[in-house]
Amino acid sequence: MSTEVLVLTLLTIITAATPLLFAALGELITEKSGVLNLGVEGMILVGAVGSFGMVQYSGSAFLAIIVGMICSMLLALIFAFITLTLQATQVATGLALTIFGIGISALLGQDLVGVAYDGLPKVVIPMLSEIPIMGDLLFKHDALVYLSFAMVSAVSWFLYKSRAGLILRAVGDSHDAAHAIGYPVIRIRYMATLFGGAMSGIAGAYLSLAYSPMWVEGMSAGRGWIALALVVFATWRPMRALFGAYLFGGITILQLHGQAIGLSIPSQFMSMLPYVATIVVLVVISKDRNRIKLNAPACIGKPFRPTA
Amino acid sequence: MLPRLVKRKEPSQAMVYLTPVIALVLTLISGVLMFIMLGVPVGEALYAFFIEPLTTEYGLAELGVKATPLVLIGVALSLGFKANVWNIGAEGQLTFGAIAGGGVALLLYDVDSAIVLPLMIIAGIAGGMFWGAIPALLRTRFNSSEILTSLMLTYVATLFLSYLVHGPWRDPDGFNFPESRLFSDAATLPIIWEDTRLHVGAAMAVLVSVVAWVFLTRTLFGFQLKVIGSAPAAGRYTGFSEKRTIWLSLLIGGAAAGLAGTIEVSGPIGQLLPNISPGYGFTAIIVAFLGRLHPIGVLFAGLLMALSYLGGETAQITLNLPLAVTGVFQGMLLFFLLATDVLIIYRLQWPDSKGTRT
Repeated sequence: MSTEVLVLTLLTIITAATPLLFAALGELITEKSGVLNLGVEGMILVGAVGSFGMVQYSGSAFLAIIVGMICSMLLALIFAFITLTLQATQVATGLALTIFGIGISALLGQDLVGVAYDGLPKVVIPMLSEIPIMGDLLFKHDALVYLSFAMVSAVSWFLYKSRAGLILRAVGDSHDAAHAIGYPVIRIRYMATLFGGAMSGIAGAYLSLAYSPMWVEGMSAGRGWIALALVVFATWRPMRALFGAYLFGGITILQLHGQAIGLSIPSQFMSMLPYVATIVVLVVISKDRNRIKLNAPACIGKPFRPTA
Repeated sequence: MLPRLVKRKEPSQAMVYLTPVIALVLTLISGVLMFIMLGVPVGEALYAFFIEPLTTEYGLAELGVKATPLVLIGVALSLGFKANVWNIGAEGQLTFGAIAGGGVALLLYDVDSAIVLPLMIIAGIAGGMFWGAIPALLRTRFNSSEILTSLMLTYVATLFLSYLVHGPWRDPDGFNFPESRLFSDAATLPIIWEDTRLHVGAAMAVLVSVVAWVFLTRTLFGFQLKVIGSAPAAGRYTGFSEKRTIWLSLLIGGAAAGLAGTIEVSGPIGQLLPNISPGYGFTAIIVAFLGRLHPIGVLFAGLLMALSYLGGETAQITLNLPLAVTGVFQGMLLFFLLATDVLIIYRLQWPDSKGTRT
């Protein structure tokens, strides 16, 4: 393979990994606070349709991303209200969020089908982008790709170096103890859930503005669920989520390039790859029960009702 | 002023049956708001959605046709949900069941015998069970979340079906359309209401609900299932391991979904297509909750959700509304149901004018 082809392949891997990374980082924070939101798929779709609609309306990619975030945060807010304030089962509510998100995004996007967009502008970093190969690979991306890397560091720093992150983890590991010390468990979980929504919104915006700049019903194609699996794969650690997202980005791209390099496997089997890989990865990670126990937030999915 | 939630002394049985009705009313109100925002004439839209399908014989029969898979799967899923086993991949089990059952139909294409249908049904059930067994094995052996694995397997099953009808199982005389041959008469479910599509599968769905009801209320296993869901530790004392519950829940769910898939392809569809279900496996989750995880409740909930599909189709034809409205209604209904279920354990307390709490 020539270096040119290699660079192109790596670039497509980056575009495939970026939405997964955003969604996984958001869900990671949500889960660290003890909330399991299975509605990622629905939130991504609503973010995708919201930002695509906005970019058509205003022409501003920046505004579009903001609107995408807000749309997904609204969905996250519904989820938070039902599970945190009204204390319904998180699993069922998350499913409802996905069903609702798929429906409402298709409804809102019906006039956007078939409309074209040029894609997010590339932010070419002066000087650095002129380095042979590395310049093309690392310094000629759209803003969201850079942001995704920044978010990995930010989330890492927040979780393990900041006081707020410590509180968040405490809430996720023992809500009763955190409540006894005086931390507002419900409010912290609301914020973590909303952050998850915002990140899913960016993931959606990336899909409809950059990955394939258009709106198609159900265009996330299970990425929300893969992001959920990535959080387990990463054992709730941001750096490993980065690795996981790129691994899955690679697998997604393998699927696209399989036929180009002349593999005679039917396309449907290639398309199964990300889903099968998700199952395999889940099995490999989860079979070590101790590792999961050590890293998983102890209160994940459990409702909290302050006793006093 | 906002009401406060105050814990009831004991869960309210009345609310268990009332909240689905409240949720339905709230969904309708939101639906009206949605239609207003979409600029759709509200009266016409509601009529098209909820009344018109019920005014014709065809509509009533279609209601039964669409309720059949929802009830079958909903009944089975509620058994698992009672025990906190989250099989959300019923759509995949339905698809794989349809592949297995439909495969038998294609294999025995030239056989004109009464044995074909039973064989298809057995194969379909086995196929669904097999697809449900995978997450069960992964959960019990490797501790992997059945939520994620069963869902991922749905994508795999759908792609596998797509491969089959695009490739080896494509109709040789079908002008390259991605569809199998039309099943022979021997592989088609008998119609029980003349001149409609209502088939014998609908009767099977009713039968399954009744059997499940007896099973739940009259057998030790039904009792154990309830106990292990509400109190796993106590459940173990009743002599029932968590592993067995997981296996049984997923196998029963898979069997019912596989049966539903076979019924779909041998009944209303009559062949294998790339898309054989408009999300019945997912909607059945809503059906299970709306039916209060009770087999008879599921029967009614299934009919209601079938109406949402049928209404969506009618509204698409008469008002040019997108089919996605159905999904919006279904999602909202589940939201409202889960939200109002808080009233089973809590009651609302309105602060009185003096600000004191009564």
